[in-house]
Amino acid sequence: MFLQYVVDVLSLGSLYALFALGLVLVYGILKLVNFAYGELVLVIGYSIFLLKGSPFPWFFMAGTAIVMSILFSIFTDYVAFRPVREKSVTAVLITSFAFATLLQNAALLFISAKPKNVPMPSFLSDSVQFLGVITPVRNLISIFVTFFCLIVFYQFMKRSTLGLAMRAAATNFNMTRMLGIPANLVITSAFAMSGLLAGIAGTLWMSKIANVFPGVGLEPLLVAFIATVIGGMRSVHGAVLGGFILAFVDMSFNYLLPQDILKFRDVFTFSIVILILLIRPQGLIKGPATGIRA
Amino acid sequence: MKIFNNENTFNIIFFLILFVSIYLINFFIGSAIFERTITNLFIYIILVVGLQVFMGNSGILSFAHIGFMSIGAYSSGLLSMPIKMKGFVLRDLYPIFENVALDPILSIFIGGIFTAIIAAILTLPLMRLNDAAAVISSFALLMVIHSIVVGWSAVTNGPRTFFGLTKATTVEIALIFSFLTVIFALVYKNSKFGLLLRASRDNDIAAESIGANIVYLRWFAIIASAFLAGIAGGLWGHFITSFSPKSFYLKETFLVISMIIIGGSFTVTGAIAGALLVTIGYEFLRWIEKVIKFSDTITFEFIGLTEIVLSITIIIFLITKPKGLFPFKEIGYIIKKIFKNN
Repeated sequence: MFLQYVVDVLSLGSLYALFALGLVLVYGILKLVNFAYGELVLVIGYSIFLLKGSPFPWFFMAGTAIVMSILFSIFTDYVAFRPVREKSVTAVLITSFAFATLLQNAALLFISAKPKNVPMPSFLSDSVQFLGVITPVRNLISIFVTFFCLIVFYQFMKRSTLGLAMRAAATNFNMTRMLGIPANLVITSAFAMSGLLAGIAGTLWMSKIANVFPGVGLEPLLVAFIATVIGGMRSVHGAVLGGFILAFVDMSFNYLLPQDILKFRDVFTFSIVILILLIRPQGLIKGPATGIRA
Repeated sequence: MKIFNNENTFNIIFFLILFVSIYLINFFIGSAIFERTITNLFIYIILVVGLQVFMGNSGILSFAHIGFMSIGAYSSGLLSMPIKMKGFVLRDLYPIFENVALDPILSIFIGGIFTAIIAAILTLPLMRLNDAAAVISSFALLMVIHSIVVGWSAVTNGPRTFFGLTKATTVEIALIFSFLTVIFALVYKNSKFGLLLRASRDNDIAAESIGANIVYLRWFAIIASAFLAGIAGGLWGHFITSFSPKSFYLKETFLVISMIIIGGSFTVTGAIAGALLVTIGYEFLRWIEKVIKFSDTITFEFIGLTEIVLSITIIIFLITKPKGLFPFKEIGYIIKKIFKNN
């Protein structure tokens, strides 16, 4: 029973952590929340859905969907962030919100309001049993994929020049620019990376819910959002930690609370968000020290 | 003429003339659909001008406004709903409310005050947050209010439709309320509190150094703003007579924010212009959607065009005219300037 619980928390937490990491990458550099972030899951879902009839193997479809997610993430930068970046915080928040609305309604207009089935290879939902734990294969895959991604990501941030530039930009953006790092390159790569992480997490998410509809992006956005506030909006470690904590809280509620209290779960999680913003705005793990927005 | 010297009086007179002419146009057209649109417009003016009271003067984007509107709509509906409807709509209602059926207008007013009290309790600690943290917390507040409305079935009928309200809001009532709102917003903006809050918006450190208590200034503004949102919610509820928690969520938030952005959040004129233009645009696009739908040229369901156009408009506005159509000056000043130049 306990091991079952641990596996559930880890598999959900790994998804949440990936989503949160993608959001925090952009936030770290621009100090701005990307409200269109959840729509990357929408892009993933509809990409796979539209490729459904094609003769390609599933992994090719998923790969294409992740590429689409990266492209849309970069596109978000060009449409919603770059033109208004120098203006107020409010402006960028609203443009990303508007861009999200645009994508949702484009899906509504050109595809359908009804949920569409997203094909998934059948082995993902097969159950496996080990040490008394019964869990679908996709949960184990989520855990392994996430840990693999995290290791690659950390190594990339630590060792590559681009990773170094991104960390520098998150610490002090103006200084980084003065030292000759092209600002737009760093920002675009942050968006691309954010799209990649959201793409991987989104594909795993799709394997869980198996259908796509215009409002599908809201839940991943909220998850990433809460996880980053809890863990620390400036720190990549914080985002990962926040993802696992959120999964732990959600899962514990699911195990412990009766149905009529469970529907107030969001009230509780969002109250935590507000409380953290008030008491410890930097989150559990403090990021690099600077508050100035570029 | 002395009246022209006092800019605010001139503004108020201008809006009175504007509102009355809209009303007269409606009166002479005499179409039920048009009257519906006009009543909606007046309610939206209350909502957007109410948002302007906080957002325009403090410079902080608030997502919670539609949440406050829902509190007003549900609480006033709960008070005014006829007793025989109550047993039908809200099966698990608490006994205290079972035999309460107040006059709708009184309920709307109580709903507004109730919303203001809730806002006063919830938002005081949030008022010291700035920039992204302030926006995120208001977004979280919207989520909290929405989840409570969805979850608390005993008084809200849960995610299902809340119906059975008396249709009490007429176009005249909406007009009077929205005119009073406009007067309040203009007077507040030029009062001591409004001026100090605007000073803190432009430079918080300088404003604090001359003695502005930013937290309390913002707090007062958001309480007033929530009161107006609650009134707008009550009026809307007693106009539409049935609604669900979905009516007060991200789509409506987006609509109200687009109104205030297009018009310009720093001025009351901007808020009104935004509500007017977006309503006209919205109705026009809805009409196009309907025409396309019934023309049999396409076979699939045609929805979403309105939101697509609206979101593109907002992005274009924020890039080219980030402070909206009326960035700094109220209509009174603009007209006075035109007169002076002649």
